[in-house]
Amino acid sequence: MPRTDRAVTDLELAGIDALDMPISARQRVAWRLWRATWPLALAAVVVIAAWQLVVLSGWRPPWALPGPLPVAERLVEDLANGAILAAAVTTLGRIAVGFALALLIGTLIGLAIVRWRVLRAAVASLITGLQTMPSIAWFPLAILLFGLTEQAILFVVVLGAAPSVANGVISGVDNVPRLLLRAGRMLGARGLNAYRFVILPAALPSFIGGLKQAWAFAWRSLMAGELLVIIASQPSLGVRLQLSRELNDAEGLLASMLVILVIGIVVDAALFGNAERAIRRRWGLLEAI
Amino acid sequence: MTVMPAARPASVAAPLNADFPTPAVAVRGVNKVYGPAGNQVLALRDISLAVAPGEFVCLVGASGCGKSTLLNIVAGLDRPAGGEVQIVGRRAMLFQEAGLFPWLTAAANVELALRLAGRPAAERRTEAERLLRTVRLDGFADKRPHELSGGMRQRVALARAFAQSADILFMDEPFGSLDAMTRDLLHDELEALWADRGFSVLFVTHDVREAVRLGDRVLVLTSRPGSVAAEFAVDIPRPRRVGDPRETGLVAAITDRLRREVRGHAED
Repeated sequence: MPRTDRAVTDLELAGIDALDMPISARQRVAWRLWRATWPLALAAVVVIAAWQLVVLSGWRPPWALPGPLPVAERLVEDLANGAILAAAVTTLGRIAVGFALALLIGTLIGLAIVRWRVLRAAVASLITGLQTMPSIAWFPLAILLFGLTEQAILFVVVLGAAPSVANGVISGVDNVPRLLLRAGRMLGARGLNAYRFVILPAALPSFIGGLKQAWAFAWRSLMAGELLVIIASQPSLGVRLQLSRELNDAEGLLASMLVILVIGIVVDAALFGNAERAIRRRWGLLEAI
Repeated sequence: MTVMPAARPASVAAPLNADFPTPAVAVRGVNKVYGPAGNQVLALRDISLAVAPGEFVCLVGASGCGKSTLLNIVAGLDRPAGGEVQIVGRRAMLFQEAGLFPWLTAAANVELALRLAGRPAAERRTEAERLLRTVRLDGFADKRPHELSGGMRQRVALARAFAQSADILFMDEPFGSLDAMTRDLLHDELEALWADRGFSVLFVTHDVREAVRLGDRVLVLTSRPGSVAAEFAVDIPRPRRVGDPRETGLVAAITDRLRREVRGHAED
């Protein structure tokens, strides 16, 4: 083959490549941050304003429904004296253990179900059923089984979150594009290697989606648990809610609720949201925001 | 049914005896049926073909003639209902979409193929870069598939196939979704690499021009059931260029044969 022909082809290829490359839209960090935060800030302002308006309307007396300002003052105070912090540490410790257990158990169950067909027929619909069951309905049984203990709370948190993890694994593996499976087979990835190099990496986005959902379920189950299973020596966010209600301390109640809300949002966005975005960007499912 | 207007000795259904070199791919009497028992549709009927080592064979046929099914069977991704397939050498496959793993960079895709082929870890990175250079993608090693154009992705897939040290390349309309200009360039590129490395190719396409541009031989498949209807030898010296006047006559003859085949179905 004459060298000149090859050289011309090379040049043409390079030209086509240069013209064909998708243009990546990279933006400055500050601009990205601003674009991500301003709608959030606006929404917060609207909600707080609406809250203030309801308070001003006199629909309920201030001792039952205080306005945003006294609640904010109370929040700062509780944060400063460390009371909320101590409660949050207990609560976050529980969620960490509960979520880790749910992650482990859910992943193992999910993998077992995708691996063995019989198991799927037997268990898959059961898992979805478990997911629709409100986790608070488990507490009476949990208390009978474990008493008013950490284990009772943990039991319900895991039951609430593990099915979502398992479902994330199952739907991830089920939806691996056929083309990738075939490409993997042609590369010689069979059996365990197919799982290791093709199926599990391809299932990762769905798995992260399952974790995100599991987090929401776990957090809700934990709050229900902390309201029902009160362990005297352990101040937790749930205990604070209960105590505030008993003392008609609406400001303290709302301050604790705000902390619960913020933790839920921050973990969702910072942990799972970020992981999800990073993966979507790597895969090219998302234009760089 | 089997018509062979080509002057070349028929390798279709050729007996595999000592007078012939062992083919890289030998397909004998392959059948494929679809559907539940009692309501079965014959997709492929008694297909026999052979690809000699280093030969470039194209399969053309109308849509739905089962050419992709045939390729999948030959490549080992699907099972025939009857008949046998014999492959001598390592095989690799290119699909219409490149089928790169989106979570890996171009180089990592090639490295994974090297790893699954049992190559030691120490040499994978440099080998992957060398392979990417052979498909003119030096400098794109760290790009992810979505950052590359369709043509570049197919070239990464080609590099991945070379990483398997493939002796036989199965190609299922690999350039079908590319624009005409990129396709022309990749034809040149593929021809040069093929001439260089001497692997065999079984190439499926519905584009007669592409088949004549690339193939040593072009096999025409009938539709429903698919079977080999005709064989044409392409005796145009290489490297071929787009618009070679010798192509035109052959393209017309093959297109005419295909059209007669399609017309036959209107009269059913």
